[in-house]
Amino acid sequence: MTAPILQVDDLRVTFDVPVRGGWPWTPARKLQAVGGISFDLQPGEVLGVVGESGSGKSTLARAIIGTVPSTGGILFEGQDLSALGADARRSRRRDIQMIFQDPLAALNPRMTVGDIIAEPLTTHFPKTPRAEVRQRVQALMERVGLLPNLVNRYPHEFSGGQCQRIGIARALILNPKLLICDEPVSALDVSVQAQVVNLLRELRRDLGIAMIFIAHDLSVVRHISDRVMVMYLGRLMETAPARAIVERPRHPYTQFLISSVPIPDPALEKARPRPVLEGDLPSPLSPPSGCVFRTRCPKAKPRCAAEPPPPYEVGPGQRATCHYWDEPTPMVQAAE
Amino acid sequence: MAPLLEVEDLRVTFTTGDGAVNAVNGVSFALREGETLAIVGESGSGKSQTAYAAMGLLARNGRATGTVRYGGRNLLELPQRELNKVRSEEIAMIFQDPMTSLNPYIRVSDQMAEVLMLHKGQSKRQAVAEAARMLDAVRIPDARARIGMYPHEFSGGMRQRIMIAMALLCRPKLLIADEPTTALDVTVQAQIMKLLADIKRDLGTAMILITHDLGVVAGSSDRTLVMYGGQIMEEGTTDAIFATPTHPYTLGLLSAVPRIDREDEELLTIAGEPPDMSRLPPGCPFFPRCAFARPENATLRPPLVTLPDGRRRACHVPVEEILARHEAAQ
Repeated sequence: MTAPILQVDDLRVTFDVPVRGGWPWTPARKLQAVGGISFDLQPGEVLGVVGESGSGKSTLARAIIGTVPSTGGILFEGQDLSALGADARRSRRRDIQMIFQDPLAALNPRMTVGDIIAEPLTTHFPKTPRAEVRQRVQALMERVGLLPNLVNRYPHEFSGGQCQRIGIARALILNPKLLICDEPVSALDVSVQAQVVNLLRELRRDLGIAMIFIAHDLSVVRHISDRVMVMYLGRLMETAPARAIVERPRHPYTQFLISSVPIPDPALEKARPRPVLEGDLPSPLSPPSGCVFRTRCPKAKPRCAAEPPPPYEVGPGQRATCHYWDEPTPMVQAAE
Repeated sequence: MAPLLEVEDLRVTFTTGDGAVNAVNGVSFALREGETLAIVGESGSGKSQTAYAAMGLLARNGRATGTVRYGGRNLLELPQRELNKVRSEEIAMIFQDPMTSLNPYIRVSDQMAEVLMLHKGQSKRQAVAEAARMLDAVRIPDARARIGMYPHEFSGGMRQRIMIAMALLCRPKLLIADEPTTALDVTVQAQIMKLLADIKRDLGTAMILITHDLGVVAGSSDRTLVMYGGQIMEEGTTDAIFATPTHPYTLGLLSAVPRIDREDEELLTIAGEPPDMSRLPPGCPFFPRCAFARPENATLRPPLVTLPDGRRRACHVPVEEILARHEAAQ
């Protein structure tokens, strides 16, 4: 096995939440958005991260690129970015790029598309000759499926799908080794979403970029990822190869999550049992003791409240954080 | 039996600074009692404006023509007072974002009781008791204690339950749900869709479900109407539409959705972008993106034709050609 491109070890992100009606010196309450996540990413691998709102998946991405303070280890190609000096860190950061959910909001409305795509290059390598910049911008626009003659247009003249292509071109201009995609297709219509998903798959195949693909849509994540991590309330519930997570989920939360995803096939959809996960997400300000999922878990036992489950090895490359992963989950049957 | 709701040649035009935008161009359909009709389409397809126009809820610059017959009357011509009566007691609507539909300054109990006091003439005490029963029915835990809380004290899924409870207070015959689960997480979406199915079973409420999510459509509707560019592309039983799509757009849409139960190498896509509604092509709105398009049909708008099995479609391409392509793809 080659050396991982990214090693994340016990990553924690804690936010201070001021106490309402408290005195200025009242200590703020601690909200743990990410609570001890560890994983490795191989070069060229696509890791899907799924979870519902409040699961900490976007905070995880922000911690990796360093826009929110975190504790724990983040090693990029074996180097701890936070231990580097400012200059060295900036040069390493080139290798990690990000694309965002709202493609229009992520682009500066006052810059032309050509300038937007070139900006990372002109920032990191200000001495690049202008002819070369122009040539690389045009090549990239063609690569992501934009007509190069649109280079002097502004973002508002493009549709959502095209804006996402601009965002992708901009992220690629520095030839990054890792691309973090935060819900890159959830704002797009189905027909356009498929175009962007195919583009990301092509890029990964042709350029060998590793990706962290964050999304709430499990169908899309399964389609693009090699491995999938399932998060709930800032914790890792299960990690497995994409196929195993859908076909043999072991953690009860993953099981509910998979069964909640509707399948566009009426015959199948009306026939299959649809267990529904009851209840609401607990407040992240006072997460349950032990296993954070136990308040909604149909097989929770006293041990779940007492000790947080470690990641159990449940199959080849598959780990589930559940004490009772090998017991069947009593499922609430949906109305027939 | 006469249909519960009959929409005929509905057209919606918005006057904007950039000229007229034709959001809905001649939509006709009927809904029987107790039936669930799904209207599917992407952004700008006119699916929501069809429902808004029928309910008299268009934005100020919008104008609707055609007929929307309900209970023997044309809703588009009803005076405001009478329309309000229909809208409260006969047809109810729930929206995508429950937080913007609830008044954040008013307790849930007061917002819900107001409906019953105004329309059913109940006393406050009666109305609050009835509202609490309804919150129980949509399975809000501890409803009696929580009814006095403000909307922000509930989670997104709970707020959507409150909206559904409020819509059901006057026992409407028809519930229009505009993207009811789009803003919700997938496990919460499953909760809400199960709730809507239970309501349909227990109360026999007819439903118009407006959504872009084909998975939601598959699990919960009797009939499906596919819209694009403000027009009906295809309409039929949900089983038939998904099993044998006869319109290139439906076919494209179905193959563009990644499915969790399948491992496809590459998603088939629909080339191009959705149309600009202020500059629609003269013929079929889907023509510029259609894989089956023939140049001679560029300016010819296909009529909506009823097939022997009761399905309707608007397309120049013969059914056989599209079915053959569908089978080849399977």
